[in-house]
Amino acid sequence: MMSGSAIVVMIFGMVVIWGGLGASIAYAVKKAKERN
Amino acid sequence: METRSQWGTRAGFVLAALGSAVGLGNIWRFPAEAYGNGGGAFFVPYLLALLTAGIPILIMEFTMGHKYRGSAPLTYRRINKKTEFVGWWGVMVAFVISTYYSVIVAWAMSYAVFSFNLSWGEDTEAFLITDYLNRTVDPGQAGSFVPSVLIPLILVWIIVLFILFRGVKKGIEMANRIFIPTLIVIFLIIVIRAVTLPGAIDGLEAFFKPDFSSIADPDVWVAAYGQIFFSMSIAFAIMITYSSYLPRKTDITNNAFIVGFGNSSFELLAGIGVFGMLGYMASQSGAAIDEVVEGGVGLAFVVFPAIINMFPALNGLFGFLFFVSLFLAGLTSLMSISETYIAGLSDKFNISRSKAVLFGGGLAAVVSLIFATQGGMFFLDAADYFINQFGVAMLGLVEVVLMAWILRKLRDFRTHADNISDIRLGWWWNVSLTIITPLVLGYMMYQLLVQNLTKQFDTPTGNYEGYSDAFIMFGGWSVAIGALIIGIVMALTKWYKTEAKADDTSKEAK
Repeated sequence: MMSGSAIVVMIFGMVVIWGGLGASIAYAVKKAKERN
Repeated sequence: METRSQWGTRAGFVLAALGSAVGLGNIWRFPAEAYGNGGGAFFVPYLLALLTAGIPILIMEFTMGHKYRGSAPLTYRRINKKTEFVGWWGVMVAFVISTYYSVIVAWAMSYAVFSFNLSWGEDTEAFLITDYLNRTVDPGQAGSFVPSVLIPLILVWIIVLFILFRGVKKGIEMANRIFIPTLIVIFLIIVIRAVTLPGAIDGLEAFFKPDFSSIADPDVWVAAYGQIFFSMSIAFAIMITYSSYLPRKTDITNNAFIVGFGNSSFELLAGIGVFGMLGYMASQSGAAIDEVVEGGVGLAFVVFPAIINMFPALNGLFGFLFFVSLFLAGLTSLMSISETYIAGLSDKFNISRSKAVLFGGGLAAVVSLIFATQGGMFFLDAADYFINQFGVAMLGLVEVVLMAWILRKLRDFRTHADNISDIRLGWWWNVSLTIITPLVLGYMMYQLLVQNLTKQFDTPTGNYEGYSDAFIMFGGWSVAIGALIIGIVMALTKWYKTEAKADDTSKEAK
């Protein structure tokens, strides 16, 4: 079993890193749509 | 008149830059670095390093390439004539890296084929060293060529040079549009399988369990900045070259965020996949996780084949998928590394792309043959260590200090990036490049120089990997210093390109 601290860190890493990528892409798509 | 090649689409550029950043280091370096430096706690310095060094330097290099629209040497020349050598230094570092990186890509290609019948057998280390690499000589001796390495190496160069020969849009961009999505899909399959194996949870626990006391250790911070630095293809001409092919209207800053976070996303994915599998291996062999953790060549070509052997089903298929993913990650990075000297030669000597590919790529292919010999692995190991530490890292420090402190170009770069980007740069960007990055890289460089010059490695000779003084001098220092010297010589040679062919920044060139 994974410990609570490991789960928290795993979720934190996923949210920040994958979330950062998702937000950057979403922002680029939004701006591209605005320009079109 | 604009004559420079251009990316077809923004997505094409982002995928190519991502393809360059995502390489072998993401798969085999990050997981072991994180585990050895505080586990989950490593994410704190790692994320700060991404935001205060990785992405800021990426934005700076994208801006340099886009603003001055040239290969690294031409870009540096246009910034200040006296700094052209820094561009060539970066190109020479890239040249050296391409010569041995191609060999590791060739190994991955061989191992993808070996996967079908698990040719590596039970003793995977003996298979790699003795059967495959035929390493029967001492460090410093070349021995004869090893056909099992030589043949895939030739194939790798044929593929890379063919793609580069086709140009930026039809070659590099098209290849990355195919290879990067394929790599992500394959890696996702591997990761899903890895985390569903028995014992995988124990591996993930080892990977993510935080040791927050490690954050107080300066070495952990240096490791985090080093990981970001070495895994993002920054500081050695690649990103300057790639961004010089961007159209005039483009979003530099957000592109850097996408590439930076994309690179880290893949590293996180690799960490989960690798530790899922290591957890499985530990559970099957009855060993503790720390007994099976390894990084680098050992992880990819010794530990992974051993894990594949243990797989409950479809061993050959998963072995093939893993080594194909390694091959694709390496190939897309190799293309970008090679493009630096192709662009540099083309700019400096005003020769066609085809001739630059033939000459630059051909020369790199010939030099790479040294690493396809019986003693090639020793040469590769020494060259890799010294060119990364005293080539890439040193270049990064020189680049940042030069732009932030000596030439004071950050204000110009920030204005340029802000004029064309949707995201405006804040004070954090200047602080990162003026203070944080030079301090961390400077400290890292000082530590490395002291460790290497005073021979403080825990080995019989005190040298890196216990190599002799003669081999360290010949296979390590001379390679790193040689890249700088040849860079200076190249900067002193005559330009054959008419400056009028450049864009509106040509006034700054002369």
